[in-house]
Parts: sequence; structure tokens; C-alpha cells
Amino acid sequence: MTQVQQEPAADGSIVLCPDGPILVRGNFELVTPSGDPVPRQRKTVALCRCGASAIKPYCDGTHKMVRFRTEADATPSKKETV
Amino acid sequence: MKIPEPRGPISDGLFGLLAGEPGADPTAQDTLHRLVTGTLPVVGDVIEDGDVQLALFCLYELHYGGLDGVDDRWEWNPGLIALRQLLEEPFEQALRSAARLSAGPPGLAPAGDLDSDAVAEVLFGLAARDSGPGMSGHVAKKATLQQLREFLIHKSIYQLKEADPHTWAIPRLAGRAKAALVEIQADEYGGGRPDRMHSALFARTMRGLGLDDSYGGYVDAVPAISLASVNMMSLFGLNRRLRGAIAGHLAIYEMTSSRPNQLYGNGFRRHGFDAGVTGYFDEHVEADAVHEQIAGRDLAGGLVEAEPALLPDVLFGATAVLAIDARLTMHIMGAWENGSSSLRSPLPAAA
Repeated sequence: MTQVQQEPAADGSIVLCPDGPILVRGNFELVTPSGDPVPRQRKTVALCRCGASAIKPYCDGTHKMVRFRTEADATPSKKETV
Repeated sequence: MKIPEPRGPISDGLFGLLAGEPGADPTAQDTLHRLVTGTLPVVGDVIEDGDVQLALFCLYELHYGGLDGVDDRWEWNPGLIALRQLLEEPFEQALRSAARLSAGPPGLAPAGDLDSDAVAEVLFGLAARDSGPGMSGHVAKKATLQQLREFLIHKSIYQLKEADPHTWAIPRLAGRAKAALVEIQADEYGGGRPDRMHSALFARTMRGLGLDDSYGGYVDAVPAISLASVNMMSLFGLNRRLRGAIAGHLAIYEMTSSRPNQLYGNGFRRHGFDAGVTGYFDEHVEADAVHEQIAGRDLAGGLVEAEPALLPDVLFGATAVLAIDARLTMHIMGAWENGSSSLRSPLPAAA
């Protein structure tokens, strides 16, 4: 099996999941507008993009039930580096 | 784990053998082998056969935490591995036909090589078709306290070692799929905090309902189908050739988890339990919304991109979960609808 270089060197990544949340991994702080930390239990988080989550700012999978769709052309490159 | 009560000649013979030293009684080992060879063809449904499923469960257990009083060297005893393979073969066949039935008409798997987004889309599509017979809805709105305890007992067979069967796959993967699995598993194991391990959260929930949280404490209480759903994971996890199936299994597990766990939590809150008890379910609402993205796209999708020939097994693992869990749910809900216990013998009334 060949080893493929998967990620460019960067501190983290933001993945725009098709029809789903925004997955954030790497080193970052999640804060309120006034700068207070948002309680966070895990390193990699999924942020609600559809607006229907009951545990915002995090995703709870509700996008599947409200049939949230990201535009077909919104994710030409699925990964942006931060 | 404490050795359970035998459920028939195979598990009885196995426990007798395990009481001795490996290799000490070749005649007993041969006798058991012949017994299994002779018995399997007349077993109607391997998935629902308590004797077969219990024997498999205990054979797999030698690779996990072991069995109390059993010599650890039995784990790699060639005769026992041969016995396990004898039992695994019809079990895998039965899972494959159950999965085919659950997958519905062909046309599910698109032709040609799929990229990771397409694999995730196929898996999310499968998970969405799983309407299920409504276990989470029942737990949320109607389940009695005694039913909640039974629900936890069925789940305890796996949840007290949550994530372990999938961990076997880590060294069998490479690159993106491996990184994805490790990322998910690190979260499952509490991100370095033992009290946040999902198995530890589940144990806390059990204690909150006055249940025994020792690993395997309720193996004697659950029917064959509950053992089969866990044996399926061990089969997929311990056989490298089935690494596609264990990836598909995890993906579907994660994709069918967030919403049901929200409802399970509601059921326990309805009975007045606080966050100490519902913490396990609350954690899964958030965690599995992360994991389903990683498992679908990076683990299963990444694996199929690296090894396109594994796509059928990824789909097998995914549809097998749906098939077996639907049967488990049917068993439990069927018993409850008849006003009876879903366990082999009813629990004493809750204190």
C-alpha cells in the first residue's frame, strides 16, 4: 500500500461537509462574541450549519431530518486550510 | 468476565475444555470439534442460536478481557482458533444473507470507483432508509422503568467495551482511513480522560438505575440476537479480510446514533433521571454527529478510495448492522408489546 500525503502542512482544517455541518479540527479556540470560551468536550467539533441543531453551536445530526442541502457549487474544493 | 452458564452442548463442551490447561486434553478438544461439525448443519438459524452465539462470544472474549479462571494461553490455541472458524463460517454466511435482504433490490452500489464523498453519500442514504421499528420513540415516550433497565442490559453487552471491536482494525488500515479511525476512537476512549470513556459513561448510567456495571455481568440474561450483534463486530474486527465490513459497520453505527440517543436521553429524563444518568446519551448526540462525518467520508470513503475492491464489504458491514439491529429491536419491542420481558428471565422488580 502506498502512503499518500493527505494533508498540506497547516495547523488545522475546516471541512465543509456536503449537506451537513462544518467540521473543525486542529488548534483553535471556540469563543462567544465577547471572547468567553464555549464549553467543548472534544478536539474535533462539528458546527451546526443548518440552524436546526438543539445543541448549537454544535451539530446534533438534525440536518438529516430537515433535509438541509448545501448548494451543489458551494463545495468545489471540500477542504480549506486555516 | 465471569464464565456464563452454558446454553447447549457446544458452550458446555467449550467451558469444560477451558477449565483445563491448553493442550492438556486433546481428546476432549477433538470431541468438541466433532460435536460442532455434527451440530452446525442441523442448527436452523445460527444468528438466533443461543448455544452457537454464546460459544462464539466467549471465544472472542479470549481476545478482549479474557474469561475468569481461564488460562490466557488459550487465546491462540490452534484448536480453539479452528473451532472459532467453524462457528464463524456459517455465522458470516447468515449475516451476508441477512444483509442482502436488508439492502433490498440491487442497484444500491453504483458502478465504477467511488470517491470518498460518494461513499459517504451512499452510506448516509442507507442510514436514512433505516426507519426501524421505533425503539427510540418508545423509549422516549412510553417505556416503563423496568423496560429502561432491560434496554440498558441489552446494550451493556457491547457498551461496556464500547469501541473495542473497531480498534482491531487500526493496524489493518493506512493513511487517511487509519487517521480517521484513530481520531474517532480517541474520542470514544475519552480523549485521555478515563472518566469520559464511553464505556465508563455507560457504566455510570447503569449504576444510576441500580444495575450491575461489571463487564459481562448480564451475558446470561440476554437472548442470542443480543450476543449476535456484538459477535458480528468481533468477526469483522478480528478478521483482517473483513476490514471493509468493520469500517462500514462503524459508519452506519455513527450515522444512526445522534437522533436516537437524543430520544433515549428524553426517556430517562421523563423518569426523573439527571445528567449523571443521561450523560452517556447526551455525549452521543454531539460525538456521533462528528463521528458520522469522519466515519463516512474519511474512514469508509478513504478506505474505498485506497482499496476500491473493498466497497462491497463496506456495504456488507453497513447493511448487516441494519439487518441485525432491526431483528434485535423487533425481539425487544415484540416482548414489550406482549407485556413480557425481553430478557431470558425477567429482572426482579426495580427497587
